[in-house]
Amino acid sequence: MVKEENESPNRPDNTAFTQQRLPAWQPMLSAGIVIPGFVLIGLAFIGIGVALLITSRNIQVLELDYTGTEQNSPCFQCSDPDQQDCVCTLQFSINSLFEGPVFFYYGLSNYFQNYRRYGVSRDDGQLYGDLSYFKEPYDQCEPYRFDRNKRPIVPCGSVANCIAVYTFRLFQIVNGQQKEVPLDGKGIAWWTDYNIKFRNPTVTPLRNAFNSTAKPLFWPRPAYELDPSDPANNGFINQDFLVWMRRAALPDFRKLYRRITEGDYANGLPAGNYSLEIAYNYPVLSFSGRKMVVFSNVSWMGGKNEFLGIAYLVIGTLCVVMSVVMLIVYAKFKFPEED
Amino acid sequence: VTELIRDARHSMWKHVCGFSHCVRAQQPANGKKGSLLRIRRRESSSMAWWNPLALIRDALTGQRVRENDLRHLVSNLPYEGLGKKKQPNRYLPGNAIKTTKYTLLLFLPLNLFEQFHRLANIYFVGLAILNFVPVVNAFEPEVALIPICVILSLTALKDAWEDFRRYQLDKKLNSMPCFIYSRKDKQFGERRWKDVQVGDFVKVLSNEIVPADLLLLHTSDRKGMCHIETSNLDGETNLKERKVVPGICEPNFEPESFNSVVVCERPNNNLNHFKCYVEKPNTEKVGAGIESLLLRGCTVRNTDHAIGFVVYAGHETKSMLNNNGPRYKRSKLERKLNVDVIFCVILLLAMCLVGALGHFFWRQALPGVPPYLVPDSNGHVVSPSLSSFYMFFSMIILLQVLIPISLYVSIELVKIGQIFFITHDIDLYDEETDSRIQCKALNITEDLGQIEYIFSDKTGTLTENKMVFRRCSVMGTEYPHKENGKSYKRITEEGRPTDSLPGNHVNSANSLSHIAVSNFSKVIDRTNSSAQETEVIPDRKLLRRVSVAESTSISSQKMDPHFDFFLALAICNTVVVSMGTAQRRRVSVLFTVIKAGSLRNIFAPKRDRTFSDTSFKEDDRFNPFPQVDDSGVFPSHSQRDESSGLCYEAESPDEAALVYAAKAYGFILLSRTPDSVTVRMPSGRVLVFEVLDILTFDSNRKRMSVLVRHPITKECVLYTKGADYSIMELLGAPGNQKNVVADTQYHLDCYAKEGLRTLCFTKKVHGEEYEQKRACFVAKAAIDGREQLIMDTAVQLETKLTLLGATGIEDRLQESVPDTILTLREAGIKVWVLTGDKPETAVNIGYACRLLEDEDLVINMSCKNKVRSHLTSNISLVIDGRTLAMLLSKDLQGRFVELAKRCRSVLCCRVTPLQKSGVVKLIREKLRVMTLAVGDGANDVNMIQAADIGIGISGQEGMQAVMASDFAISRFKHLKKLLLVHGHWCYTRLANMIIYFFYKNLANVNLLFWYQFYCGFTATTMLDYWLLIFFNLFYTSAPPIMFGIMDKDVSAEVLLGVPELYRTGQGAGEYSFCTFWVSMLDAFYQSLICFFIPYLVYQDLDVDVFTFGMPLNAVSLITILLHLSIEIKAWTVVHWIIMLGSFAVSLILTLLYTSCVTCNSYWTLQNQLTDPIFYLICIITTVVALLPRYTFHVMRNSINPSPIVQGRHLDRLDTSTKEAWIKEWRGYRGGGEVKRSKLSTPPSPSTPRTPTSPDFLGNEITLNCLNWGCPNPFDRIRTF
Repeated sequence: MVKEENESPNRPDNTAFTQQRLPAWQPMLSAGIVIPGFVLIGLAFIGIGVALLITSRNIQVLELDYTGTEQNSPCFQCSDPDQQDCVCTLQFSINSLFEGPVFFYYGLSNYFQNYRRYGVSRDDGQLYGDLSYFKEPYDQCEPYRFDRNKRPIVPCGSVANCIAVYTFRLFQIVNGQQKEVPLDGKGIAWWTDYNIKFRNPTVTPLRNAFNSTAKPLFWPRPAYELDPSDPANNGFINQDFLVWMRRAALPDFRKLYRRITEGDYANGLPAGNYSLEIAYNYPVLSFSGRKMVVFSNVSWMGGKNEFLGIAYLVIGTLCVVMSVVMLIVYAKFKFPEED
Repeated sequence: VTELIRDARHSMWKHVCGFSHCVRAQQPANGKKGSLLRIRRRESSSMAWWNPLALIRDALTGQRVRENDLRHLVSNLPYEGLGKKKQPNRYLPGNAIKTTKYTLLLFLPLNLFEQFHRLANIYFVGLAILNFVPVVNAFEPEVALIPICVILSLTALKDAWEDFRRYQLDKKLNSMPCFIYSRKDKQFGERRWKDVQVGDFVKVLSNEIVPADLLLLHTSDRKGMCHIETSNLDGETNLKERKVVPGICEPNFEPESFNSVVVCERPNNNLNHFKCYVEKPNTEKVGAGIESLLLRGCTVRNTDHAIGFVVYAGHETKSMLNNNGPRYKRSKLERKLNVDVIFCVILLLAMCLVGALGHFFWRQALPGVPPYLVPDSNGHVVSPSLSSFYMFFSMIILLQVLIPISLYVSIELVKIGQIFFITHDIDLYDEETDSRIQCKALNITEDLGQIEYIFSDKTGTLTENKMVFRRCSVMGTEYPHKENGKSYKRITEEGRPTDSLPGNHVNSANSLSHIAVSNFSKVIDRTNSSAQETEVIPDRKLLRRVSVAESTSISSQKMDPHFDFFLALAICNTVVVSMGTAQRRRVSVLFTVIKAGSLRNIFAPKRDRTFSDTSFKEDDRFNPFPQVDDSGVFPSHSQRDESSGLCYEAESPDEAALVYAAKAYGFILLSRTPDSVTVRMPSGRVLVFEVLDILTFDSNRKRMSVLVRHPITKECVLYTKGADYSIMELLGAPGNQKNVVADTQYHLDCYAKEGLRTLCFTKKVHGEEYEQKRACFVAKAAIDGREQLIMDTAVQLETKLTLLGATGIEDRLQESVPDTILTLREAGIKVWVLTGDKPETAVNIGYACRLLEDEDLVINMSCKNKVRSHLTSNISLVIDGRTLAMLLSKDLQGRFVELAKRCRSVLCCRVTPLQKSGVVKLIREKLRVMTLAVGDGANDVNMIQAADIGIGISGQEGMQAVMASDFAISRFKHLKKLLLVHGHWCYTRLANMIIYFFYKNLANVNLLFWYQFYCGFTATTMLDYWLLIFFNLFYTSAPPIMFGIMDKDVSAEVLLGVPELYRTGQGAGEYSFCTFWVSMLDAFYQSLICFFIPYLVYQDLDVDVFTFGMPLNAVSLITILLHLSIEIKAWTVVHWIIMLGSFAVSLILTLLYTSCVTCNSYWTLQNQLTDPIFYLICIITTVVALLPRYTFHVMRNSINPSPIVQGRHLDRLDTSTKEAWIKEWRGYRGGGEVKRSKLSTPPSPSTPRTPTSPDFLGNEITLNCLNWGCPNPFDRIRTF
């Protein structure tokens, strides 16, 4: 045989690969074979669907719109863009215990945080605390890169510039007395954002790092004074700032404002009347947006979402129906060798 | 001298003033006198000035010299050592070759320039540039450059590597050693190939390769002959003779005394044609043609050395001019694909328009300027209309993947893979010639799966083209050679001769050859069948008759016709006798060894006379010729077995068969030189015939003649052989020949009906032929109209011939040809046979190879339009050449095509090469079908090039067909697997791959599009751009390529067993308008699902852009991969590895990428992976997205399974059941077992004439056919 190989240098290798004879699994998609699969998937889906739906039904959500475009809205007065430092109060009541931990979101609609030019208008180098970017911000930040006096803006760019600075105070009305509900502002941002992606410059005090820089045009206070109450919550690692900088995917969005986890309210908001004091300072008329606050508790699957459960139920049912159809088809058109 | 100077000045002046045509030394009419002088004069004049003007003029002169129709070349030797400016041939290129495209310095610009010829690259660059325009960019500009850079640099790398390989090869060739004569050294000195110049004298030793095109002036052979092997050039391995230009350098060659001018034509790429004459100082002209030209690349054989004058060098040599790059054909699928790409472009523009309009309306609807609207650097907000105009271009950048540029790259890769598998198929490998299938056109593999018409040559394609002498008729008497038939029958009954015969040979061979045999048993196996086929067992009656004839003719000085007949067989040809010298191919040496043994075995009665019992001595082979001089007749003084070392090298197998037949009767052709032929008589006497002239074969005359001086009678005898119809009309006065002619014609008809190739042999004794011979010589000298003059000479000589007899040569059908044709026909392919043979032969072969069936209605379309009718619906058409010519005319074309469309098979006879291509073109254009042409000879080249796919069969006929073809196979039967299996696979694989690619791109890109509805149509991506690049580059690129190379819908056994499955690819096939749009709609649907299920889940939650994008990405990836898994028909290990690998790679790469801190999507996937919602989304979205397709497949497979699906069901059965089923199916369909070839049972000679034969053979038609210039089998005898 060795000689034979020598004599035929052109002879192709007779291997399973070159001769395309590799052992192969050849699945046949025909009715008879897929029926069990359909039944299994259908049943599993129905199971998941039911579980999801039950979980979702147990989640309580309270949405309160306070845009104030309507005459009877308590914030009607404040919705005028000319109004400065307007405060309005929203009254609402809870009929049964709102189980904790309660998440307190603020919502905006028709606000396109995903607008491309808006989205790229930020400087991750600055936000990482790199001082060289403080002097020469990233050019995508235009026109929020330098102020009129050619001082670099820190943090530069549109995203930071447009931050919605909210101040909400929640009171439970107990016997006519307002009892403030403590709001927990820690840990509302992503852990990685707070610890890794965003950093303050290693300059103490922090304000020295911002020498010869300008605050963003729309900001009332510079970055190092974002939270006067907590010195550690300033600069780029301010929790509200972090939440805002993580741009929303869709134009109608909500962002986490606070959590209610402390004191008397650790188990949730008890039934009763509440009042929400809103510092109304972000006009939305220019984009016909709406503003709201949302109270919600969460489960293992996150916020309330009925859709997923319904979808699983529907598809599961569909699969079961399909398997019945397949059965009929199989009975009528089976292949001889499937017997 | 003054006149000379004046002349020079005159021409000078004309040069300067732009009269560029002043020097007319090249005109042959004027050049009679002193052209050499004139050339020299011009040289001197051009030397006189040394200024820029002179340089320009010099360049112009060079240009003109190169482009002149005639070139005047003189020896370089008188100018040796002079400066370059003084060299006479300095305008002509040297022998150094450079085939590289680039130089080191200019590689980058040239390569980029080359690459930007591709439209796809321009598209890419356009997008990249668009991205640099700040107002429209959709991605970071630098990042957008990555794809184009990757593609350009990969291609550049490949080009550079190829160019480097070419450079190395050039360097190797240029530095090969050769011998150039040097005046200084007075001898040939060793130099390099690149040093060779036009006008040099080059010496080539035996077995060396010729460095440039040389005009042969001198050889070591006393008679001025030189043998060359042209296998490097055209693959033909038989030796060819070249002879020196007569009368130039005799008797002793002195390069320095060569003072003639060689006038030759401009270089061209015709390997078989060369026109030249040598003008001696005394103005005598000697013509020379291709028979005196040694081509670059040939190998000198059997000759100690040859000296030639370089006429063309380097890139002007014929071999270099023939060196074309690979053929580029565009396949049908690719043409359709391009249409669909245009649909994609329209779709892209539509989507961009939607985006732009959407953006406009979104902006219009805004009541004010919202804070998120970023103004430009001046603080102004761009107006909605301008912004939406910009957005249109941004959208193009965003959705660019919709145009599947990567598809083109993938298709190339897939085709490389497909070709790998085709060339590695062991079933398409031929043991005998040790050759695989060659794929010359790299991009039409899938066309093999769509063939509707096959046009096949007959000889050498359907038949083996290994000619066997079968029967002959001498002077009107038929000698049926029954033993011959029997031996053949025995062989066929025993199966293939190679199986049973080697043993016999080994046993009978003597000790020495025994050793040889055992050493090279493999070679013998391979050569044995051909050895067997050349054997002719003489007819006893004829043998007796011949021995009587010889004795009478020698004694009485009067030639017996039988004697003449065999002399004609032995002499009237251009067969080269080669000694089985060691340096020749080993195969032929062994071939002769075996023959010696087997001859002794079979020719038992003749042993004592022809073959001696002396041991086979090795030196016999090297010196087989008896020492003879030119004086004529010899008594036999050599009793040694000289014939054993003989090896006949014929350009046409017919000729070899005839020579072997003559040998069987004892007329052994011993040697051939241009001037003489040596033949040994049965009695052992050796006759040397002086050859006065050879009128070579040409397709107009259809005959060839040899004019010899007979050594016994000293007469000039003209032996002519040729096609019967071309001979019969040239016969002399009927007289006593009348009966002979009639009987011979009858025998010829019988032979033709048996499917034998017929030839007639005639003789003519010329009394005083010197004048005509002289005329012929003069004719050859004239460079123009030479063919015409030879023709005229031939017409004068070949008249009043005396008929000697006729031969019937069998051309056996190749192995399993009938089965192949039957299978192809069952596969829905119409097989047409276009042959140059006569109708009877062709019809017979047609029946034998099952092209025509007994129950067919065969319409014979000849001049008389006789229709033979049986009661059947299968119509077959037989057309002869003349009728075909009429049918191809404009007004009949339409009706012919209509008729041919209804016919199951068509057989065209006596077709010229041009008509062959005409038929192919007509059918291809009128019916718009895929055509395939298969042939093996030079006469099929036209047809091969005209068809969509040209297939060459590398056989006995040289390589012209193979060179022109897209695929080269070695046997006709390989066509079956090539088409039915590889064609089908390649087509379905590629079609499905392309459809999948379109789907994939659309499904992926549409996610971005749907997102635009939720971001104000601002070209935002919810995924990092890098991840988008990864998606196409790493995640989803390998699976479709693997799918295109390796998927197997039905196994090869089933495809071969059920040829009907081939029909699925014909016509539109799987890649149709419908399938394309269905998959596009599916892509739309799936992208909708993949976008909106996650959207609905996340719509009220606090989700950020990239967290939202991550499940979309994952879902899209899973859906796209699972979609492919539904399409994959057979999962091998490779499939699993690639599919799972792609998934793993995508997971790992995305995880790695999202670990980069400065990236937008930092930690998003890691976050998502901890969220159960992510998994729940992935599961439900994938299921919903794929449910319709899956269900559709299941339902269609169950309710209305396609033939392919049924084939796959068949595949799942175990082997024995499968075989039984296929057998049953074939039986049911009526295919049955293949009938025995009709040729294997020799019919009795008394076959009654059927009514059809007179229709074809009537004189009227014969004449007509001549007028119409029909070819005959002799077409294949070409003059090299």
